[in-house]
Amino acid sequence: MIEPNRQGDVWVVAEQNDGDLHDVGLELLSKGRQLADRLGVRLTAVLLGAQVEENARRLIQHGADRVIAGEHALLGHYQTNPYAKVIAGLVQEHRPQVVIFGATPLGRDLAPRVASTVRAGLTADCTDLDIGEHFEPHTNTRYENLLYQIRPAFGGNIIATIVNPERWPQMATVREGVMRMPDAAPNRRGEIVRLTPHLKPDDLALKILEHRRTARKVNLKAARVIVAGGAGVGGKENFRLVWDLANALGAAVGASRAAVDNGWIDKDHQVGQTGTTVRPALYVAVGISGAVQHRAGMSEARKIVAINADPHAPIFGVAHYGVVGDLNRVLPMMIEAIKKRA
Amino acid sequence: MAYNLVVLVKQVPDTKRITGEAMRDDGTVNRSALSAIFNPEDLHALELALELRERYGGRVTVITMGPPQACEVLRQSLERGADDVALLTDRRAAASDTLATSYILACAVRKVAAEAPVDMVLCGRQAIDGDTAQVPPQTAEKLGWPQITYVDAVEEVSGRRIRAHRNTGSGWERVEAAMPCLLTVTDQGPAPRPASARRLMAVKKARCRAELQAEVNAVMPDATPEARTAEVEKRAAALAAKGLLVKQWTLDDVGADLAWCGRDGSPTKVKRIQSVVLKGSGFKKVEPTPEGVAGMVHELIEDHTIG
Repeated sequence: MIEPNRQGDVWVVAEQNDGDLHDVGLELLSKGRQLADRLGVRLTAVLLGAQVEENARRLIQHGADRVIAGEHALLGHYQTNPYAKVIAGLVQEHRPQVVIFGATPLGRDLAPRVASTVRAGLTADCTDLDIGEHFEPHTNTRYENLLYQIRPAFGGNIIATIVNPERWPQMATVREGVMRMPDAAPNRRGEIVRLTPHLKPDDLALKILEHRRTARKVNLKAARVIVAGGAGVGGKENFRLVWDLANALGAAVGASRAAVDNGWIDKDHQVGQTGTTVRPALYVAVGISGAVQHRAGMSEARKIVAINADPHAPIFGVAHYGVVGDLNRVLPMMIEAIKKRA
Repeated sequence: MAYNLVVLVKQVPDTKRITGEAMRDDGTVNRSALSAIFNPEDLHALELALELRERYGGRVTVITMGPPQACEVLRQSLERGADDVALLTDRRAAASDTLATSYILACAVRKVAAEAPVDMVLCGRQAIDGDTAQVPPQTAEKLGWPQITYVDAVEEVSGRRIRAHRNTGSGWERVEAAMPCLLTVTDQGPAPRPASARRLMAVKKARCRAELQAEVNAVMPDATPEARTAEVEKRAAALAAKGLLVKQWTLDDVGADLAWCGRDGSPTKVKRIQSVVLKGSGFKKVEPTPEGVAGMVHELIEDHTIG
């Protein structure tokens, strides 16, 4: 176990694979910056890889005060054991007070392994982080400046705030897309601490026989406007209308879990707790009832238009504009109205 | 070569099917109105284990941790063909977070391994109540085994090595690991078989002691504790004779150090729970007419949302 270190840094573990830096690490730097400033400590990014120089510089430009960059040929392609070994070793050596990872498939593979190694608590899939005090009734103890780890739970039906009062570091994974990516400041300066971890081929528990990266067909996170269809669309044929409206708006197409499960559209398009979290300027929800799991992934959109035949659909609870009506009539009207303006 | 496989499963509330009846008037969810189900991805893990046993021979043991009612998922595992099942139930395990839970489950795997070395542990990728996906990697770490997460297929097992296909979210990998190892299986893994009707009849009376105790308490409300205990023992012996007494373990039975279990063993504490409440209707109602819709589009263009 690691003794709490109240002067410890805030750490962001930056995700890379085969040299590509994942956006989530940069997103986490914006929240990490706020946390570090509140605590009056440094913001450190941890980066591993076969070659780290260029990505380390990007992390500084995006807000890190310091980058601990571990470089080793065996760290080029991600795998659990060597990454967990190196990061757990660094945590034990430097005793940061907060360590955050992206809640990506890679981060969710790595973070629990690291947390278990150092016997620290870990909260999954946070949608927000904050600093605050905590009173623990069981031990009658008050704590200052703890990390509030805020996450949806129970299928998105509750929002839980989790704290780790005594067993540090305070560790969390944070969902992609929920923190804004900071702008790069090309002239920003910081310290790059390069090190060469001691690794031997035996540390690789897996042999990677073959790997492919498949390009994501849709980039919902980057879309400014999203038109999404749900169960109410009624069928694959009818989904054409959703695509047509998206084309008229220059929008990406999203979907609820129900539409994906029905096979009307590919899973890449899924918005919500088990899909992608989005925060576009406009989200048009077509025939989506608005289960909490879906709302968890889109309620941060700046404007929400809900089109649904059921006036009691929960989606209207988060909408700015609500159209109660048959989407087969409403969508063509909307397409027509947009074309007229253009 | 036969393999000794352990599957870790969980009974969860069916959070994906929240119907009107489960919604309270204030817009929050009444959790007790949700039915308890076999965690969906755990069924894929069980299926993969059963298929490996069919291909290579061996034994499938299913373990769950939870209250006595969780024995239901063990019966369902027996119906599908598990060789052995065990319920880990202990009030002192309540309030365990993922770190403590993984410690307890690692102890349970070691208990199975004490009889015959375990070659592989299989888990669902994540449970639908917490969606954390943390317990399997933490269990692997405590066992000191490699983990292969997000497995959708096992290509082959040969000697002490396994080759699996995993989904990395941004693509896929084919990997090879030495056993023993831990796998997490996604919903893209082999489709769970239905319960066999023959096995269903054979195992429907399977019970753990805690369930027998509850049944005896219900039918003998006025009996002394001693009389009830005697009745539980009688029923347990009858079930055991038929091979239908489900193993029930406490934390002591699996050799767990209580300092690492339950509330004391859990670094994370829940500070606050807020129910997600549907916001009141603060939206602008748009008539489903060409004029109504055009007016909305006009406003969205005017405020630079689109266009």
